[in-house]
Amino acid sequence: MTGSRPFPAPSQSDPMTWQPSATLPTIAARAKLNRLLRDFFARRDVMEVETPLLCASTATDPHLSSWHSCANGKTYYLQTSPEFCMKRLLAAGCGPIYQLGKAFRHEEHSRQHNPEFTLLEWYRPDWSLTRLMDEVEALVLNAASAFGLTLEPFPRLTYQQAFEDTVGLNPHRCSAQDLLQVANAQISGDFSTLDRDGLLDLVASHLVEPKLPREGVILTEFPASKASLAKTGLSSKGDTVALRAELYIRGLEIANAYQELVDAAEQAQRFQQDLHYRENHQLACVPNPGQLIAALQNGFPECAGVALGLDRLLMVLLGCDNIEEVLSFTTTRA
Amino acid sequence: MANYSTNEFRLGLKVMLDGDPCSIVENEVVKPGKGQAFNRVKLRNLKTGKSWERTFKSGESVEAADIMDVDLQYLYNDGEFWHFMDQQSFEQQAADATAVGEAAKWLKEEDVCTVTLWNGSPLAVTAPNFVELEIIETDPGLKGDTANGGSKPATLSTGAVVRVPLFVNQGDVIKVDTRTGEYVSRA
Repeated sequence: MTGSRPFPAPSQSDPMTWQPSATLPTIAARAKLNRLLRDFFARRDVMEVETPLLCASTATDPHLSSWHSCANGKTYYLQTSPEFCMKRLLAAGCGPIYQLGKAFRHEEHSRQHNPEFTLLEWYRPDWSLTRLMDEVEALVLNAASAFGLTLEPFPRLTYQQAFEDTVGLNPHRCSAQDLLQVANAQISGDFSTLDRDGLLDLVASHLVEPKLPREGVILTEFPASKASLAKTGLSSKGDTVALRAELYIRGLEIANAYQELVDAAEQAQRFQQDLHYRENHQLACVPNPGQLIAALQNGFPECAGVALGLDRLLMVLLGCDNIEEVLSFTTTRA
Repeated sequence: MANYSTNEFRLGLKVMLDGDPCSIVENEVVKPGKGQAFNRVKLRNLKTGKSWERTFKSGESVEAADIMDVDLQYLYNDGEFWHFMDQQSFEQQAADATAVGEAAKWLKEEDVCTVTLWNGSPLAVTAPNFVELEIIETDPGLKGDTANGGSKPATLSTGAVVRVPLFVNQGDVIKVDTRTGEYVSRA
């Protein structure tokens, strides 16, 4: 789906790929999990909402790429997460909400990725990130016990601690040169073109994440450069950090949570930075999410929000190690 | 020569790395939810057979290696080179000991082998999966032996030594699986 040709030549699907990717018991397990999640939120008075998948704006993060299409002279983007529209509902005063739906990212397939996937996203007005992570933990432990799996509460670990334990660097203070040295010594490849942020991702994904506790851990206090739509604050050690937390289980990134940024001016500035980065790095231009900025200006509640990858949670619950085992049809078969 | 971007990486793709042709044997995408994506790739160096691991920034490209697998008929060995012929064009290729490697002990004249060409010259030779070769030397079998009994070494016409059942005799032609070096049956 690209905007360049209004009527691209139809591609033939391969009749040999008619069968589902997942087994029927796995498809039933997903139905059970969905029911369980809806019960969880109903008991806690969190309202289910539905927001559009096709929108005029999309995530500006340089590393996210959106599917898009044109109609009536206007470009629409399939949402990489329902964040923008859900935040517009929050600004309208809807109270706590959740959404269980599809998200799309223009990226490669892998054992952990499919371009179309299911996100469970929810927002808690007036809650702190810490309180929200307790709820994420409750939800996951609840689901695990319903699937006959025993998980222990997840230890909390700062990004800095995880980094120092594995590579001996303080991720908030070390230089790009320090990171490059570690990368060159321990990872094979040419990383001279990566900036500091890219090097953090390289070291985190190749050296730090594989050493995280397999049975689950909540990583907190991310580097400020990785704040995205999260607030920044001071850590106990006086470093500026992103108020962002991630749940990892068995090395899989399961959930990503923010103490949401409510300052419209700062959010607008971060979007501008992303757009400039995209321009300077020959990445696709995306519109400035003006409606979200307007919603924030209208008075947005202090809140915490989280997106949880449902397909990956199902992988953990069922002990699968390839996402295709939990999808009715992967994009290659769709 | 063409370039391949990381999103075209797939198993068996032939690329140049540090000046050597390599084949991709594993390609893992490492992508944080919001962050730089990488491809962690395992490659086999087609010249040395060694395994390499390399991380690429997603979107990077690498030079394609001009590698082609062709089926050629083995003609003869002149003491230094093994000569092969394309049965359609009758064009000949000479492969040296490095290219022929382990396949040498299975090569029988007129058998068709897979020859991997790099920039048009033989880089590696793969013997047919099954070859039929004559036993030129083995101890005589003993009476009462069955197919399930013991085994003994037998030297084949190419010089290869394989273990064969006791009932197989010198002068017999046997079928061997070249991938495992194991006796399959009498031909």
